[in-house]
Amino acid sequence: MSTNENDQPIIICRDVHKWFGDFQALRGISMEVRKGEVIVIFGPSGSGKSTFIRTINRLEEHQRGTIIVDGIELTHDVRNIAAIRSEIGMVFQQFNLFPHLTVLQNITMAPIWVRKWPKEKAEDIAMQLLERVGIPEQANKFPGQLSGGQQQRVAIARALAMQPKIMLFDEPTSALDPEMIKEVLDVMIELAESGMTMLVVTHEMGFAKAVADRMYFFDEGLVVESGTPEEIFEHPKEERTKLFLSQILTH
Amino acid sequence: MTTTEEIRPPEPPGPITWIKQNLVNSWFNGILTVISLVVVYYVVVGSIRWAFVSADWSPVTENLLLYLIGQYPRGEVWRIGLSLTMVSILFGFSWGLWRGIMQAFSLTLIVSFLVLAVLPATPTAFPLSMRLFALANPGLILISYLISRRWKIPARVMISAWLISLTASIILLRGLGRSELIPPVEVNLWGGLVVTFLLAVGGITISFPIGVLLALGRRSSLPVVSIFSTFFIETIRGVPLITILFMGSLIVPLFLPSEMRVDRLIRALVGMIIFSAAYMAENVRGGLQAIPEGQVEAAQAIGLSKFHTTLLIVLPQALRLVIPTIVGQFISLFKDTTLASGVAVLELLQIARSILQSNPEYLGQQFEVYLFVAAIFWIFSYSMSTTSRKIEVSLGVGER
Ligand SMILES: Nc1ncnc2c1ncn2[C@@H]1O[C@H](COP(=O)(O)OP(=O)(O)OP(=O)(O)O)[C@@H](O)[C@H]1O
Ligand SMILES: [Mg+2]
Repeated sequence: MSTNENDQPIIICRDVHKWFGDFQALRGISMEVRKGEVIVIFGPSGSGKSTFIRTINRLEEHQRGTIIVDGIELTHDVRNIAAIRSEIGMVFQQFNLFPHLTVLQNITMAPIWVRKWPKEKAEDIAMQLLERVGIPEQANKFPGQLSGGQQQRVAIARALAMQPKIMLFDEPTSALDPEMIKEVLDVMIELAESGMTMLVVTHEMGFAKAVADRMYFFDEGLVVESGTPEEIFEHPKEERTKLFLSQILTH
Repeated sequence: MTTTEEIRPPEPPGPITWIKQNLVNSWFNGILTVISLVVVYYVVVGSIRWAFVSADWSPVTENLLLYLIGQYPRGEVWRIGLSLTMVSILFGFSWGLWRGIMQAFSLTLIVSFLVLAVLPATPTAFPLSMRLFALANPGLILISYLISRRWKIPARVMISAWLISLTASIILLRGLGRSELIPPVEVNLWGGLVVTFLLAVGGITISFPIGVLLALGRRSSLPVVSIFSTFFIETIRGVPLITILFMGSLIVPLFLPSEMRVDRLIRALVGMIIFSAAYMAENVRGGLQAIPEGQVEAAQAIGLSKFHTTLLIVLPQALRLVIPTIVGQFISLFKDTTLASGVAVLELLQIARSILQSNPEYLGQQFEVYLFVAAIFWIFSYSMSTTSRKIEVSLGVGER
């Protein structure tokens, strides 16, 4: 890989706006993410964190500003959207596994139907991924038979099966019981250390301290403050950031 | 000592106590109980005496085969038998493979054959060979079931087998143009339970794909498609089935060139399909709406196209949810086939009527005949709804 490629931002967002009817959820977000960076986004409920990361794989359409992912600008062009989506993996708060399919089928679905891989190849890679997230023995179970932590790890494997360049996480641990949070965070930390570009909405500050390159504090559809974990935790500039951090850190 | 007594669950009341508590706990209830017992006694004894002594079942026992297959040429009955055999075997295999709803259908079929085998009838109205056939078929279903439990047959093979043998059955029943072995049989001669089943099964299976498409169409983002689907669904649902059948039999021929005469039975079937498709669409739409938005988002996020998302993620889940509703719809369609008698289709009820009219000796035996017809409908509907309800309850996680 050339250094040039590494310097070029893989995600460029400029002045992104989003309205739901009259309600403005995003009021001009700008962000650049370089390859291999881990970005943590945090902020109060309703501040637009989910909306923002969902604009990156166009689960939400932005209405003003530009988003360029891996050199492709997100427009109404359907081919662009399909191309972008196969480069981006996403992990949801509620897992959103397909309950009528086995774990293995969940993971091989996109490689088989989108990448058109033969079934054997897709299954080989799925098994490697299950190995990586630590649950190869669950391959033939249905999602309903797994614990929350196991389900979320399957969801991560499913997202990785398309060999994406970018992974989006929307509060991946907030629906989990405390004893299962760690098993999911461990997988995410391993992923971050392997060089994956990641945008993570989370309030797990331990995770942020461990692997985040930069952190963004969202409030009311705006980036209030951003910086390295050290800057954010040790010297927050904004009062709102300080207040919010003090609230979540006392928990 | 007191604690151990407290832990023990209360004794269930003995029969005497139960009667004291529930039936004769006051003089008023006591009198009610006595009166009810007397009424029940007379009703039960009266019915039994009527059924076995005073009722005259000859319109049924002398014509049993007519109720089952109508005027289908008696020399060609083996063709119906062969079709039934194929269907039985397939149900047995499908039961082993898919359980669930196939189990319900197979059990219903077994019950029906057994009932048929013991129905009283004169030897000419229902020959011994047919009785034995009816008795053998449940065995066939069970054997096929056991075979498919033992050796898994791929679903793909099973589905092709169904399609092939259903087509084969229709050809077998209708016959082929110049064939010696299976000469054509006028569709107007078909009748009785066979036609009732044809209308119900044909109606539900053909309306199924149409209904699915209509349901998807109604939710489509293309205005033309969704307006057309909505218009079709709401129009049909706002009209009674009998009027659709009438329109089918009166109006449709007016629009067709005179050489294209479509058979009564086919016209009725088309009416049933159109009617059933509209309800099917609404049932399926209910299932589609129950699928959480997160499923679609997850499918899109891994890059599946809209088409694949619908086909692989949304529809399978939605259809699984509405299977019980579709069984319910099938049961009511099964009973609604009687309306086809209004357009001179010789289904079970119409056959019953024509049998009553055919012989002056049967005058005054309407009650027996209609009771028999009602009983047939009841056996199918009841066994189907109970078995399918039981299966719903026992559905495990793995089969969701
Ligand atoms: N589909 C929608 N229609 C209307 N309003 C919406 C929609 N989705 C989100 N919103 C609104 O946009 C705002 C931002 O929502 P978003 O889900 O991005 O917040 P969030 O920061 O992720 O909050 P949380 O921490 O609760 O997940 C909220 O006020 C929300 O009510
Ligand atoms: Mg959110």
